[in-house]
Amino acid sequence: MMIPQINPFLLLIASIFTSNVLLSYFLGMCSFISISKDLKSSNGLGMAVTLVMTITTAANWILEKYVIQRWDLSYLRYILYIIMIAAVVQMLEMIIDRVSPALYISLGIFLPLITVNCAILGVALFMQLRNYSLIQSVLYGFGSGLGWWLAIVLLAVIRKRTENAPIPSGLKGVGITLITIGLMAMAFMGFVGMLPVQ
Amino acid sequence: MDFLAPLVVSSLSAGLALAISIVDAIVNNYGEVEIDINRGKKKLKVKGGSPLLQTLAAQNIFVPSACGGRGSCGVCKVKILSDVGPYLPTELPYMSKEEMTNNVRLSCQIKVKKDLQIELPEELFKAQRFKGIVESIKNLTYDIKELRIRLVEPNSIDFLAGQYIQLVIPPYEKVTQSVQRAYSISSPPSDSGHIELVIRLVPGGIATSYIFNHMQEGEIVEFVGPFGEFYMRNTQADMIMIAGGSGMAPIKSIILDMIDKGIRNRNVWFFFGARSKKDLFYVEMFRAIEKEWDRFHFIPALSNPNPEDDWTGEVGLITDVVDRYLTNIVPKDNEKEAYLCGSPGMINASIQVLQKHGIGKIYYDKFA
Repeated sequence: MMIPQINPFLLLIASIFTSNVLLSYFLGMCSFISISKDLKSSNGLGMAVTLVMTITTAANWILEKYVIQRWDLSYLRYILYIIMIAAVVQMLEMIIDRVSPALYISLGIFLPLITVNCAILGVALFMQLRNYSLIQSVLYGFGSGLGWWLAIVLLAVIRKRTENAPIPSGLKGVGITLITIGLMAMAFMGFVGMLPVQ
Repeated sequence: MDFLAPLVVSSLSAGLALAISIVDAIVNNYGEVEIDINRGKKKLKVKGGSPLLQTLAAQNIFVPSACGGRGSCGVCKVKILSDVGPYLPTELPYMSKEEMTNNVRLSCQIKVKKDLQIELPEELFKAQRFKGIVESIKNLTYDIKELRIRLVEPNSIDFLAGQYIQLVIPPYEKVTQSVQRAYSISSPPSDSGHIELVIRLVPGGIATSYIFNHMQEGEIVEFVGPFGEFYMRNTQADMIMIAGGSGMAPIKSIILDMIDKGIRNRNVWFFFGARSKKDLFYVEMFRAIEKEWDRFHFIPALSNPNPEDDWTGEVGLITDVVDRYLTNIVPKDNEKEAYLCGSPGMINASIQVLQKHGIGKIYYDKFA
């Protein structure tokens, strides 16, 4: 399969807006819903997802090219990706904790939570499926992280507003959050026509 | 070729594990630190670098946690007296203002990096999981059984007379999940190698049906404990004890404990309520204690004695009997404490009677 001819920077923009991993693929919903209760936490988690996505997409690209394709192990892809993600997250956490306690407080504590975030694995799998080059993959991973970050911060802000809104009691909490997410997803679909990228 | 896939997966895993171990050894080495629990009550030497919740669990102190340390349930709260830095964003959603001024933290989010001083409820660091063998199952009445369990691992238990344990009932028949039920220990703490429970059949109850119909002598059972705030207070006050049915258990433990410890200077009035004679048990034992210990009074009372019961003792609702005794027989000059165990209805009615007689210190263990 050929490497698609897409400008990596276009890919970056597209992955933030038109093919937002959260709002058009609904990946990583669990922490999206639970953490968006608090704006500050959402910001930290978004940052952490962005960092991890960028690094693991690169790591998995190398793994794909030099291990999986070389020995024809595509049926082990999911397992190998997960192992790689878990290991990278583990090391990142320890390093951040030691090097910068301040950064650890704002970002590092979320790392264990996102080891099993399906958006991370999803982005790595899309990267493989669409046959991106290394530079495309890194920017795609980075952009998807930024998109996730943007979406959770937006949701956290909206949830803050809905806290005091006159919502029917049966819809309070997760109910109104899911409706909000649906409306946000529709709004983001409005970006689709802007960019000629899937 | 067949060896290739396992080889690749295992060497990749091994390589990454090696990388993690190297980073771990260099970056995550905080050396040995000391955790001080409840201001010197217990000191633990542990290896730093792991979250407090897991560090304590490795020392067999199980702070309750529903999510297992992922920071999503907010249950594993612990008061930390040392400075461990500002609240983390993962903790904030679960903290109230009051908890924050008291420096209560989520123990799964706090990494042990230096010496810590923490506070835990006493029962947490005493409660543990026990394995035992059912030594005997005796019928006390037609619907109450006495269960005696010999402890195997650990082989002794340290509890306060009156406390309870949670018995683990394994899945059976249509019950697919193991359940836990609380039962008071009826044996005294001095018999630390055994516990006895007094269990009344609840028709349709998952746990009691198992105990009555399936449990065998010699069977291995597990329980967790001890728990509870129902135990004898160390004062000189006269004790008014009221129990009904299997509420007998903690009261029996307290009385046997007093005998073991030679506490004979307190007046004890033990009222035990039953419907008719076939609901009474342990009567001979308490009559024998009465003979030995002049300040101990055992007053069984029947609410509906059958004609063939030939009953000459007290008759009436237990609360009426208590009322009569407090009015006419129990000396009024001494200070009094009350210890109650039984159904919520019995306890609420008893509290009213006791308060009418000016008894304010009432300790009780309600069946939930």
